Amino acid sequence: MSRYRLIDGAGLIFLAIVLALAVLVPASNLWLAPDSALHIPDYLVPLLGKYLAFALLALALDLVWGYCGILSLGHGAFFALGGYAMGMYLMRQIGSRGVYGNLVLPDFMVFLNWQELPWFWLGFDHFWFACLVAIAVPGLLAFGFGWLAFRSRVTGVYLSIITQAMTFALMLAFFRNDMGFGGNNGLTDFKEIVGYPLQWAETRAALFAATAVALALGYLLARWVVTSKLGKVVVAVRDAESRTRFIGYRVENYKLVVFTLSAMIAGVAGALYVPQVGIINPSEFAPANSIEAVIWVAVGGRGTLVGAALGAVIVNAGKTWFTGALPSLWLFALGGLFVATTLLIPKGVVGAVTDILGIRRKSELPAAPGVVAPKTAPAEPAQ
Amino acid sequence: MLSGLVRLIAFAAFCAALVAGPACADAIDDALSGFTTDKYDDTDKALQGLVATAAPNGLAVIEALAAGRLLFDPESKTVLYKDASGALKLAKTGEPAPAELAGKPLKTVRVNNRLRRAVDAAGGAFELRSPDAAKRAAAARAVFKTRESTALPAIDHALADEKDAAAKKALEQARAAIILGKADAPEAERAAAAATVASVADPDALAALRTLPADTPVSVKAAAEKGVAAIERWATVANVIQNLVYGMSLGSVLLLAAIGLAITFGVMGVINMAHGEMVMIGAYATFLTQSLIGAYLPALNSASLVIAIPVAFLVAGAVGALIERTVIRFLYGRPLETLLATWGVSLILQQAVRSVFGPSNRTVQTPEWLQGSIEILGVSLTWNRIAIILFALAVFFALQLLLRRTSLGLQVRAVTQNRRMAGSMGIRTPRVDAMTFGLGSGVAGIAGVALSQIDNVSPNLGQNYIIDSFLVVVFGGVGNLWGTLVGALSIGVANKLLEPFAGAVLGKIILLIAIILFIQKKPRGLFALKGRAVEA
Amino acid sequence: MLKIIGGAVAAGALAAAALFGAAGAARAADDTIKVGILHSLSGTMAISESTLKDAMLMLIDEQNKKGGVLGKKLEPVVVDPASNWPLFAEKARELIAQNKVAVVFGCWTSVSRKSVLPVFKELNSVLFYPVQYEGEESERNVFYTGAAPNQQAIPAVDYLMKEEGVKRWVLAGTDYVYPRTTNKILEAYLKEKGVAAEDIMINYTPFGHSDWQTIVSDIKKFGSEGKKTAVVSTINGDANVPFYKELGNQGVKATDIPVIAFSVGEEELAGIDTAPLVGHLAAWNYFMSVDTPENKDFIAKWQTFTKNPKRVTNDPMEAHYIGFNMWVKAVEKAGSTDPDKVIDALPGTEQANLTGGVSKMLPNHHITKPVLIGEIRDDGQFDVVEKTPDLVPGDAWSDFLPGSKDLEADWVTLKCGNYNTKTKKCGGGA
Repeated sequence: MSRYRLIDGAGLIFLAIVLALAVLVPASNLWLAPDSALHIPDYLVPLLGKYLAFALLALALDLVWGYCGILSLGHGAFFALGGYAMGMYLMRQIGSRGVYGNLVLPDFMVFLNWQELPWFWLGFDHFWFACLVAIAVPGLLAFGFGWLAFRSRVTGVYLSIITQAMTFALMLAFFRNDMGFGGNNGLTDFKEIVGYPLQWAETRAALFAATAVALALGYLLARWVVTSKLGKVVVAVRDAESRTRFIGYRVENYKLVVFTLSAMIAGVAGALYVPQVGIINPSEFAPANSIEAVIWVAVGGRGTLVGAALGAVIVNAGKTWFTGALPSLWLFALGGLFVATTLLIPKGVVGAVTDILGIRRKSELPAAPGVVAPKTAPAEPAQ
Repeated sequence: MLSGLVRLIAFAAFCAALVAGPACADAIDDALSGFTTDKYDDTDKALQGLVATAAPNGLAVIEALAAGRLLFDPESKTVLYKDASGALKLAKTGEPAPAELAGKPLKTVRVNNRLRRAVDAAGGAFELRSPDAAKRAAAARAVFKTRESTALPAIDHALADEKDAAAKKALEQARAAIILGKADAPEAERAAAAATVASVADPDALAALRTLPADTPVSVKAAAEKGVAAIERWATVANVIQNLVYGMSLGSVLLLAAIGLAITFGVMGVINMAHGEMVMIGAYATFLTQSLIGAYLPALNSASLVIAIPVAFLVAGAVGALIERTVIRFLYGRPLETLLATWGVSLILQQAVRSVFGPSNRTVQTPEWLQGSIEILGVSLTWNRIAIILFALAVFFALQLLLRRTSLGLQVRAVTQNRRMAGSMGIRTPRVDAMTFGLGSGVAGIAGVALSQIDNVSPNLGQNYIIDSFLVVVFGGVGNLWGTLVGALSIGVANKLLEPFAGAVLGKIILLIAIILFIQKKPRGLFALKGRAVEA
Repeated sequence: MLKIIGGAVAAGALAAAALFGAAGAARAADDTIKVGILHSLSGTMAISESTLKDAMLMLIDEQNKKGGVLGKKLEPVVVDPASNWPLFAEKARELIAQNKVAVVFGCWTSVSRKSVLPVFKELNSVLFYPVQYEGEESERNVFYTGAAPNQQAIPAVDYLMKEEGVKRWVLAGTDYVYPRTTNKILEAYLKEKGVAAEDIMINYTPFGHSDWQTIVSDIKKFGSEGKKTAVVSTINGDANVPFYKELGNQGVKATDIPVIAFSVGEEELAGIDTAPLVGHLAAWNYFMSVDTPENKDFIAKWQTFTKNPKRVTNDPMEAHYIGFNMWVKAVEKAGSTDPDKVIDALPGTEQANLTGGVSKMLPNHHITKPVLIGEIRDDGQFDVVEKTPDLVPGDAWSDFLPGSKDLEADWVTLKCGNYNTKTKKCGGGA
């Protein structure tokens, strides 16, 4: 039965495309002649890499929202924390090549007359440490946050709003120059990663390939979770939380596991994002970013994983194109897209495509997305 | 400067008598020539010179200088001024200016802060003789602030015939402030003056008491220190009260911003991300109303803000109802999708406003009656903040009344509690939905009127309030207007009590964390709705 | 199964091909010179930056009427980085690599400049940055036409000390790098001038801060100690309107506690009722009210171009005016738009500014500018109350910061942006 299969048809196509991109894009960029019609110019590689990093974030979000019913409006925070961890490593790699030529302190610390590296910057000169932190810190934050919230049965819109408050608080905190993360300017002017200059096309191609592979692995991990027994319980939690609890499952533990896992995936996405865009700054914590990530998932199709990734790519590619082609009108186009998606294709692009193709998927999703959304209105009297 | 003016007033008649004297005229010419170099130092000297020579037309010239009506011809170096009616006159004599000067490109004699202060202080001396008691009191307070010892004769003179109690008190305080710092006044009188000054208990009094010169006698110093201590003792109490008031005022801003959301989100269950834009539309409606009234009905200028309230309500309400009919009605029962759609709507509305009005800020004037502040027992309250507190409460109670006491309110509550049942009872639910959403949006528009008084009127206005609004509604308890009221005020007050210790940013972070933790304790907000549904 | 994989690979290749196709179509035509404009047209910075986009369009239009540059027409390429810092870098890359622009005029915030810097260095292009900023930077590919701190902050404080006799200072700013640095420089400067530490109050607020009740009342209290007090404000854009509204309402008059601002110009004042603010100050290198023929001409053209007879001009617009004309001159001198040649031709280029002087591009890529202090008038314009007699050369590295006082920037002889005069080495070196 397909519902127990780790990889279904759509997943297979998705994996194939992603892995093909991981090979083809770097190959075309590095080895095809620049005037060839199939050559991918240098500037496109990090851009595509950025889309894939966002796709990974969307995947993480879909895992909690699409399968567990937790609408997190704060996933941008986990993404940004992962990004900061990587950014701190990249800052340390600058070494004495900063404008002040200080061997130990990043420029902004010299600027603010700091005398020595604060303790929380220690260890970031090691790549493995940064990678560990990029996964562990978002994970720990999500664990702590979820442990509190799920235990006290904060659900629905209340949970959404406090996740938003969390990312907002983090944004304000990181904006503070006294925090030691570069304030509003954030971390930038990176030189190299594990010894390879970030300007090299080869480095960029490798980063792209790494992001594509991470996306594929992320997908497999998410699929593994949702097709396992854990996944079944999680979907049950989404569809009927109390019923699941009454049957005897510790609902909060299941939620906690998925939420933490999702935050860690988001952290990885952030860590991959930063070296490709070259800057990390507190505005990544902005609540609007997290809301946008939710929108990617909805556009692509909630509860499908593939759709989430697809949505992220579609919306961001649209944004890139609109901001260049229609600089003064692009918000109309983007806004219109969101309204139209909700009204015309409520199941997202993937849902619409499967409907059109008439594929009767024996889906893991028995109900249409949205039906299970938490109620926000005053509780209706139970029958 | 003030001393000069007092002299000027005293001796104006004297020089007028001798006006034919050639020496007097030369000195006046010399003085006036200082106005034509376009340098502040020279203007200052010219002012002093004018006073020293006691030019007969000096008062008129100084008044013109203050009002920016003093002009000069850069070529012939003639100084002229326009009187209050706009007639051009020669500065030296006050005679009407010859016609050939009127056509020339005249330059205005410019004033900077230093000169403005000088002229202001001089103005005080004139006002001490004003027939209006309130103006006399204000002039006395101005003297209290400057403590210009040369004003003493003028004060004494004014005190002698003062009948009005308030003006008399102000004059006495002004006198005390001067005596306190006057080295040649009797010691006992100075010590007594210190007590009088301390009784005023405002920042100016503190300044007067603190800035005594080193050679002040010990007894005076002791009296001043006692005064300072008394003021400061009160100041700590006043500080807390002040912060509470600031918190109330911040809270009422939050209340205004959130209350519309309490309806669209709290009551109807729409996660209305376009709520901030409704506030913005209200603010722009205020701007438009004000501009139109300014252009066509200038007589109503001071009332334009009041007129803007219904206008903003209707405009924002209409936009809201339109959004409900075209977008949201398809999404009932799918609240999270309303988030997506309304986010799109908010982007469109922002860009629409940006396209129509441009990206820069628009000016919304503050009417006279909302400007300035009053000081009560060392706590200063600005009129517009008081107005916002009262306005927020008025809007809240009006809304409460509407929902509790009208048939529309009954229908709204019926539909939001049980749509199908309400429909079966004959309520036209679609109409009620549109009305409710329009109502929430309209109330947001009203908030825009108030926010236009304290914040930017720009396309981003709404974005700044949306997160806080959601927090307030959730903190207070979704679906409960009282919760929104209590939530807004307590967040506002807590924020302002934290700010002095933690600073603006850290204070806000602490508050956010506190709210997150609070929600863990009360997962349904302050005022949770009671229901039997286990799952909500 | 194999079929599916095969199909997927084909689909992937197709998708990639579509992307290359889009890129290929955008190759630059050779009969025009493309000029990139990188200013936010949406988001929080649109308020300030979209004016600069219009100003650039006007300047390009004017130049084309004069016959363009090197016999070619100029073609503006406008993109919207949407006040999003990573997007700035992405759009800069798009402008240079995809649209092949010869030069970019853009950015406003420091973080946006920092975000695009690596891109300009890597792709070796030229950026003109028109906004007053914190200094502490000199890059080969960037030309700074806005004020460095010594061209704005220090003359402003000098004026207040001299003219207003200020003894006590409130340094209020938004918490980001420009106010932080400016305030650090000012603090060091004031202490050098004998101001005691307790007579300086420093306060930082977040971006978009809108509730100023507490801070304004703190300023009032700080100012009631009997010494003349002034506020030096580096409060950024959006937060200024509520700040000034609160000042007006709490009755803080310019004659009591003057506020001198470094980020408030005509454009910002257009959103405020200025009647209660008369006499508060601003320090800039240009004011719309400056009475020179060049300025009159510029304002007239601007108002015609925008079809709005009330449209105001401001300092960063003048910076773009100077920068753009310098670029045109340098291109004509070099006979090419090749970035390396233009970068070498730019230092030494002179251009009449709008306030009656001639600004010159210095070897450190900053320009000489007059410093003007203006008092707010009730019509939203400024009355120039002080103007430095000579043009002040922009100093990239402040002499008042311990980290930077030994550094020097010179791209002509030293070919270095951070030459350490002590160690005689390029590259900072503490």
